[in-house]
Amino acid sequence: MKNTKPIIRIVGLSKCFTSANGEVSALENINLEIREGEIFGIIGMSGAGKSTLVRCINFLELPTSGTVYFAGRDLAQLSRQELYKVRQSMGMIFQQFNLLMQRTALGNVCFPLEIAGVNKHEARQRAAELLDLVGLTDKADAYPAQLSGGQRQRVAIARALATNPEVLLCDEATSALDPATTRGVLSLLRDINKRLGITIVVITHEMSVIEEICQRVTIIDDGQIAETGTVEEIFSRPKSQAARRLVYPAEQQIEQIIGNRSIRIVFDGSSSFEPIIASMVLEFKHTVNILFADTKNIDGKAFGQMVIQLPETDKIADGMIAYLRGKGLTVEEVEGVV
Amino acid sequence: MFKAAVIKMIVLGLGETLYMTLLSTALAYLLGLPLGIILVVTEKDGIRPQRFLNRILNFIINVIRSVPFLILLVAVIPITRFIVGKIIGSSATVVPLVIAAAPFIARLVESSLKEVDKGVIEAAQSMGASPLQIITKVMLPEALPSLIVGAAIAVTTILSYSAMAGFVGGGGLGTIAINYGYYRYQNDVMFATVALLVIVVQVLQEIGTWIANLSDKRN
Repeated sequence: MKNTKPIIRIVGLSKCFTSANGEVSALENINLEIREGEIFGIIGMSGAGKSTLVRCINFLELPTSGTVYFAGRDLAQLSRQELYKVRQSMGMIFQQFNLLMQRTALGNVCFPLEIAGVNKHEARQRAAELLDLVGLTDKADAYPAQLSGGQRQRVAIARALATNPEVLLCDEATSALDPATTRGVLSLLRDINKRLGITIVVITHEMSVIEEICQRVTIIDDGQIAETGTVEEIFSRPKSQAARRLVYPAEQQIEQIIGNRSIRIVFDGSSSFEPIIASMVLEFKHTVNILFADTKNIDGKAFGQMVIQLPETDKIADGMIAYLRGKGLTVEEVEGVV
Repeated sequence: MFKAAVIKMIVLGLGETLYMTLLSTALAYLLGLPLGIILVVTEKDGIRPQRFLNRILNFIINVIRSVPFLILLVAVIPITRFIVGKIIGSSATVVPLVIAAAPFIARLVESSLKEVDKGVIEAAQSMGASPLQIITKVMLPEALPSLIVGAAIAVTTILSYSAMAGFVGGGGLGTIAINYGYYRYQNDVMFATVALLVIVVQVLQEIGTWIANLSDKRN
């Protein structure tokens, strides 16, 4: 990352909702810094408060306490007019696309420009360029009802980019799309981030979305931040319970099948996809039992974990652990439930 | 079948009915449309909540809507006299028609605008749209097909109210139907006027439905 200046800074943010059953705390003491030019992920289970959090970033929801700074300005101090201006420099896309159904694709992209006071002719020209950027030039005159989900989200992305925002907020932007369309939309977002340098904030409940495009991630659990770090860190050494649940969803089951002497090998991206286990078995001429493996290939590097049962002979087992550590892997013995 | 004089009278009555109905609808929308917009905008989760104003408007609308039209017709006679200068004839009937129809139209507009997807309004807010921009560029255009369906309901309802005004000399087809059918037992003239009313309602409703479908881009 060239620039690590925070563009969004959230300090001590809390949000309470008053409902019929009294006060409900949606967010508690959130502290975050989102840096200029990065793709930042906010992940959590549904109901964790991540959608409320993203709405606090552009003040669609007013925080109960705490401060949100955008490019160094405290949003709470802005007048209504100034807030409208700031929102024009933060694009937002949604799970349900939220397009104007009575306007064509082109008309939808023109919409934020009209709001910003750009004249009609200029707006249409810019909108056409943006539809070109998202690959929908031929759909300019189609109404949203005539477009597929993926196409609708592309129109929404073009619309969100129309006013040249510095930040793009994505609220579960791929959750209503199938896996193939999701990949297409995510690669479009990555491309926009690279080409236009726009900071992107991705809200999702899917770890796969985070792995795919984010550089840093924060995990929201029950209205609080459980953990924040680079995607590599969180994937290789999840510290919090919430992070472990997201990274190793099947963990609970493994703990029960582990034998006497087992180890957990963590792939944190420092080793590439070379066949380490196979080489080890060949070297020691003893087999191991793979109990669990969940590795992912991110940018050609291995992430994830593997649990293997070692041979009974202590000497060989110790040798294997040393061998793996020698390869730069993190290895820890796990106590099994016999 | 009818004498030329009777036919001439019916044609004249049709003209008066259309005049009353269309003018009243237009004037009632002038009041009802902004009222309906204010109701939606100021409600609790609207784009500019104003609890007190919202409550007062709701109360006034409910009061007017609960008065039967025939009673209202008589009750507003002083107002009618003040505005039009007389209390019988089609122009005089426009006043009570507008007073009765405006709150009804406000409710129709309210329910149409509430159909607009909250997410789309939120998207507009996220782009920095002001409440006025949201009303003119999002709520009204997005609700257009539903607003037109509502207008067809409004115009046909006002038409039947205008016929009711016939009892107190309101003019138009309603007066003819009552004078001939009710007071003179000339059922043929009454049936002819009723048939005409049926045709007018059908035509207005069809036009409304046609325009609404034409304006609907949602499928």
